[in-house]
Amino acid sequence: MMQRRKFIKALFAASALALMPIKAFAAMWNTPAFQAIKLQEALTTLQISNVSLSNNIQIIAPDKAENGAVVQIEVTSHIPNTESIAIFVENNPTVLIANFMFSEGADGFVVTRIKMAETSDVLAVIKSGNRYFSAKKRVEVLENGCG
Amino acid sequence: MSENMRMRAQIKGEITEVKVLMTHPMETGRRKNDVGDLIPANFIQLVSATLNGKPLIEAQWGTAISKNPYLTFHLRGAKVGDVVRVNWTDNQGKTGAGEIAVSAA
Repeated sequence: MMQRRKFIKALFAASALALMPIKAFAAMWNTPAFQAIKLQEALTTLQISNVSLSNNIQIIAPDKAENGAVVQIEVTSHIPNTESIAIFVENNPTVLIANFMFSEGADGFVVTRIKMAETSDVLAVIKSGNRYFSAKKRVEVLENGCG
Repeated sequence: MSENMRMRAQIKGEITEVKVLMTHPMETGRRKNDVGDLIPANFIQLVSATLNGKPLIEAQWGTAISKNPYLTFHLRGAKVGDVVRVNWTDNQGKTGAGEIAVSAA
């Protein structure tokens, strides 16, 4: 009996471990947010509201992108306790590009390369506590990169 | 380190700069091949980064991250020899991973 109990305990421990890598993600992939065509729809789906413009967010991106298939975007948030940076391109077929969530030990900073279908504002929305802050940068796209 | 990822993690003053280059087609599902058939969507959806196993960054990506995704992020408090690991999962359930030890500048 004792052994059986031990075995069941061990089984539970093992299954908890097996579940860890999945649980490590705060959420599963947010399908509705990534399918959103309009910016407002994407923001609503991500439960982002009352966004204030902030000078403490810096977006570095080219004024003109020769090739929309590869546009390098750098976002730096100087807002204390930056929990996440979401990047949107208003004129893309779907507006949400990526959402980066930071734990303690990682700065509110990211550089990545994105596809842009046409000239658009690139919008970064930062979450800090229950507040949201944003900045945008216009990128003129000379050649469509979404295909 | 796996073949589908190239990484570098270097201490630069107060921060550790981590650069990651992944190998992935990042197909949107909207592109057509030469005979006019749609190429199925094939893109990374989830990315996570850890330092010595401790979660640091979790990201969700859509189809508009460029082919062969590139990423730079900054860590604080990392020491030489600490291990940065990056994992990804795409919409077809495939996974990739890479690891690199933090080095001095």
